[in-house]
Amino acid sequence: MNTKKIKERSIESLLFVCAASSIFVTLSIVIILSFESYGFFKEVPLFEFLTGTEWTPLFENPKFGILPLIAGTLLTTCTALMVALPLGLLAAIYLSEYAPHKLRETIKPVLELLAAVPTVVYGYFALLFLTPILQEFIIELSGFNALSPGIIIGVMIIPYVSSVSEDAMRAVPMHIREGSYAMGATKLQTSLKVIIPAAFSGIAAAFLIGISRAVGETMVVAIAAGMMPNFTINPFEPVQTLTAYIVQVSLGDVPHGSLEYKTIFAAGVTLFLMTLIFNIIGFWLRKRIREAY
Amino acid sequence: MEDIKKRIKYNKSWNYFFLIIGLLSTFVGLFLLAVLFIDLIMDGHSRLTYKFLTSFPSRFPEKAGILSAWVGSFLVLLVTALSAIPIGVAAGIYLEEYAKKNWLTDIIEINIANLAGVPSIVYGLLALGLFVYFFKFGESILTGGLTLALLILPMVIMATRESIRAIPNSIREASYALGATKWQTVQWHIFPYSLGGILTGIIIGLSRAIGETAPIITVGALTFIAFLPSSPITSAFPFISFEWLFDPFTVMPIQMFNWVSRPQKEFQINAAAAGIILMLMTLIMNGIAIHIRYKFRKKIKW
Repeated sequence: MNTKKIKERSIESLLFVCAASSIFVTLSIVIILSFESYGFFKEVPLFEFLTGTEWTPLFENPKFGILPLIAGTLLTTCTALMVALPLGLLAAIYLSEYAPHKLRETIKPVLELLAAVPTVVYGYFALLFLTPILQEFIIELSGFNALSPGIIIGVMIIPYVSSVSEDAMRAVPMHIREGSYAMGATKLQTSLKVIIPAAFSGIAAAFLIGISRAVGETMVVAIAAGMMPNFTINPFEPVQTLTAYIVQVSLGDVPHGSLEYKTIFAAGVTLFLMTLIFNIIGFWLRKRIREAY
Repeated sequence: MEDIKKRIKYNKSWNYFFLIIGLLSTFVGLFLLAVLFIDLIMDGHSRLTYKFLTSFPSRFPEKAGILSAWVGSFLVLLVTALSAIPIGVAAGIYLEEYAKKNWLTDIIEINIANLAGVPSIVYGLLALGLFVYFFKFGESILTGGLTLALLILPMVIMATRESIRAIPNSIREASYALGATKWQTVQWHIFPYSLGGILTGIIIGLSRAIGETAPIITVGALTFIAFLPSSPITSAFPFISFEWLFDPFTVMPIQMFNWVSRPQKEFQINAAAAGIILMLMTLIMNGIAIHIRYKFRKKIKW
């Protein structure tokens, strides 16, 4: 009897250690990012970092203003959202309210494939397929630009937006729909005026997850956006995002511990904080829908 | 009366119009996916030969191949699977079956949800600081594999939990009623019944890991590797060697990235050919995952 108890106890502790290891991962992210960027901010004042409009850390006379990278990130993210939010939401409404059961069960896993395609393949597609096509219509579009990777990222995050919003809409109880139909409303009226308001926090969570994915996307922009820190809001110009900058430095030979090495952690902290905010709000909103009904 | 009829007709036509819009929005992404795949095949099919799979990368595009890349991908994935699967499944089982509802469990839960949303390149920075410089694993297969393991850990945990949650409580109660301990219940009932969902999650996680590029670049994987890691099986005693864990490596997506970013057209054809293989691996793995999910759902009825 006693050995059985010991066995049970030790298994439970072992499983606990595995579960708790996730906390260790988060802690190491925080510790490493703050340690290395602390070294960075000892040499570059925070004010200059946050307000400077030039980012040229690899030049002879380096400037460390993060704004061009943030501008590049926001530019590609906004382009992506203009594609993903309407398409994802419409697809979610269709799948949740209109599609027959069988079609929905077939389409959903196939739609998830959009998020499973390796991002480097999407990058290839953005640079060598979409950009040349777009250049036919937009003459001033340069070979590297924010528009084409933005659109591709948008396609890539459709499943994130659609599946979470669809879950939220399907969580709205059937009797609420039936009430609406009984009043003579069409499916469209029910969807727009009853289901979407009822599932609002879930849809908002889906949008935030999409935003956070778009902000953190790396390879598509590293390949197709041009690696040029550019303080602009013109999507036709080449830009560099926070993520693409980290890639650019990692590809070169940067000595461990140098200021250039620390810049990627400073960019990483900025990126981490941006996505963290979106993720936390999204998590909180999702938790709220689960409690709503 | 006429007025009402007109109104109904108006509402119905909008409803119908929206049905088409919704259908189109659902399929536009899939349409693009098909275009992407066809474009890749048209660009790259001419390079897809046996020689392409068995040659090292080279300065001459027509001689270059992906041997070191797919071997590297395979070995990295092996490390990833061996580390992420046991830890992830164990963590999932703990959180569903053992964890008491207290603040510690809450923190672990929030933390895992949060980790799933951290951009992959941040994992690369973590690995650079932790594995490369702190543990001094260098820019090795071990570092690459562990980095990707951290990345897919939240996915494995969440898939395990979801799958376990679908098992009704009556199963657990029946097992306890026969005098089984908690672990016996998990071992003989919970784990086998949730295996389908767990496997699905694992395969999808691994397919994500195969295509992941950014964190591997950050840990400093070289892009030009014209040699293979040392063999895991040796001729001398003890016949198994772990030296390969510490060898430099490259993986498929990095090789493709390297070729895409060159201006010469011939290299871009190579990139397309590598892309076809990457896409095929992803599609096959996801196909298997969908198949397993479907089969298990059919087999088990509570």
